[in-house]
Amino acid sequence: MSAESLLGSRWKILAGFFMLGILFWGGFHWALAATNTETFCISCHEMKENVYKEYRETVHYYNPSGVRATCPDCHVPKQWQHMIVRKIQASNELWHKFRGTIDTPEKFEGKRLELARNVWYTMKTTDSRECRNCHDYKSMDFTRQGLRANDFHERGFSKGKTCIDCHKGIAHALPKGMTAADDTSN
Amino acid sequence: MKKRLQWFLWAALAVLLIGGGSGMAMAENGEVRGLRGQVPLNGADQAAEPSRWMPDSHGLPRNFLQQPPLVPHQIDNYKIDMRQNKCLTCHSWSKARENRATKISLTHFRNRFGTELSDVSPQRYFCTQCHVPQKDAKPLVDNTFKPVDAM
Ligand code: HEC
Ligand code: HEC
Ligand code: HEC
Ligand code: HEC
Ligand code: HEC
Ligand code: HEC
Repeated sequence: MSAESLLGSRWKILAGFFMLGILFWGGFHWALAATNTETFCISCHEMKENVYKEYRETVHYYNPSGVRATCPDCHVPKQWQHMIVRKIQASNELWHKFRGTIDTPEKFEGKRLELARNVWYTMKTTDSRECRNCHDYKSMDFTRQGLRANDFHERGFSKGKTCIDCHKGIAHALPKGMTAADDTSN
Repeated sequence: MKKRLQWFLWAALAVLLIGGGSGMAMAENGEVRGLRGQVPLNGADQAAEPSRWMPDSHGLPRNFLQQPPLVPHQIDNYKIDMRQNKCLTCHSWSKARENRATKISLTHFRNRFGTELSDVSPQRYFCTQCHVPQKDAKPLVDNTFKPVDAM
């Protein structure tokens, strides 16, 4: 083989890899996107029977501005590096699905406090990042909020509180058996 | 058998005539008057104007001494059930000061026999049974209610 044609095939190989990369990346992205929809989340009855039903009665499902927050909006990070981590954690859900850890209303109730505390813990450590993807307190016009919202937000933020400290139960019913330590609002 | 059937048919006809006839008469001379005026029961009516909850305020006037104070803020989606009582997260004695909310009154710790309890009496647990938020809605029926002089 002449040096020239070797160079040529190398280019071809490179180009081939490049194409494959795009395909993989596309497929990967597609898989990420497909699993980032509400339809996917509620394809498991564990998600559909309890939390989804409750969520449908709240402001994030139905509100005057017609903007809806869906499951992944609150539970799956938007930023790429955080999203991958969450997706890997989520494969744990598959395992639990398989073991049926919450496959009856009774089992769900029994485990609910633990699950909720996991979510609270995550939100607390990220300063409620997913809430802030949509709501930013720097963009809030406190004067146009209700009297209590205005008062609580000004005092809360100056004390370093985050959304989830005060807005627990914003999308689902609260779990049974919460203790005083779960109330982090003041 | 045939006779019985005949009887039955006559009875049915009578019921139809009397029932249908009187219904028509009432609708005609307006004896039955719904709050939405002279609209046939199954007729379409103009939809009532949607009313909104009043914006937050600092307490609303009371009309008589024993009145449960009206709720001066929105309470949409506030749950009160076996597991949780959203109202108490601000109004309980331990939380009220910090949240600048009114403490629930001492009477709320007394049960129906007058015994003082250490926590909210079960008969006062469902706050919205007595405390209601307000809408700026016109009364459907005029009335002559006046607040008592003492207020
Ligand atoms: C394969 C079925 C299945 C699907 C699909 C599914 N879940 Fe779950 N989910 C579960 C199970 C099972 C658990 C309980 C895990 C356990 O027992 O620890 C769970 C737990 C959770 C929790 C509590 C997490 C924690 O940290 O304890 C959240 C939040 C959640 N799911 C959100 C979602 C969202 C958002 C989606 C869609 C992106 C989704 N789930 C899709 C089965 C599923
Ligand atoms: C996808 C964007 C989105 C996300 C994510 C989101 N929200 Fe919202 N939120 C909204 C919209 C839209 C409304 C309704 C605005 C309106 O009143 O029309 C709303 C309303 C609210 C309200 C007002 C409730 C009421 O009764 O008026 C609160 C409180 C709130 N969100 C808290 C949160 C918290 C806490 C989180 C995080 C756990 C969160 N939101 C995540 C979009 C979002
Ligand atoms: C110190 C407690 C506290 C913190 C922290 C807090 N909130 Fe609130 N928020 C409240 C209270 C109290 C209200 C008014 C009562 C209600 O809506 O139930 C409120 C109301 C709201 C409303 C509705 C505003 C209105 O006037 O209708 C939105 C939206 C909201 N919060 C979003 C957020 C978001 C997003 C965060 C985090 C960035 C946050 N809150 C942090 C206590 C808090
Ligand atoms: C507005 C943000 C928001 C939306 C939208 C939302 N969640 Fe949640 N979710 C939360 C918060 C906050 C918690 C923590 C528990 C609590 O405060 O109620 C939670 C808790 C959970 C839990 C743990 C069990 C529990 O009840 O605490 C599961 C499972 C869950 N969510 C699944 C879902 C699914 C599925 C959807 C879509 C149908 C969804 N969530 C939509 C905010 C949200
Ligand atoms: C986020 C905190 C918060 C929650 C939750 C809350 N309130 Fe309030 N409430 C307040 C504050 C603060 C005031 C005082 C308003 C003012 O005067 O400025 C108040 C005032 C009131 C008053 C008027 C008291 C008076 O003396 O006039 C009533 C009645 C009341 N609330 C009932 C309720 C009921 C019933 C619920 C539950 C359905 C509830 N509140 C939930 C904060 C809250
Ligand atoms: C059976 C009816 C009833 C129920 C249920 C009830 N209240 Fe009251 N409430 C009253 C009456 C009547 C008053 C005014 C007279 C008094 O102080 O007892 C009052 C007064 C109050 C006040 C004003 C106290 C003050 O010092 O001015 C607050 C705040 C209050 N209630 C909150 C609540 C909350 C929160 C709940 C639920 C946990 C609740 N109430 C349940 C009847 C009720």
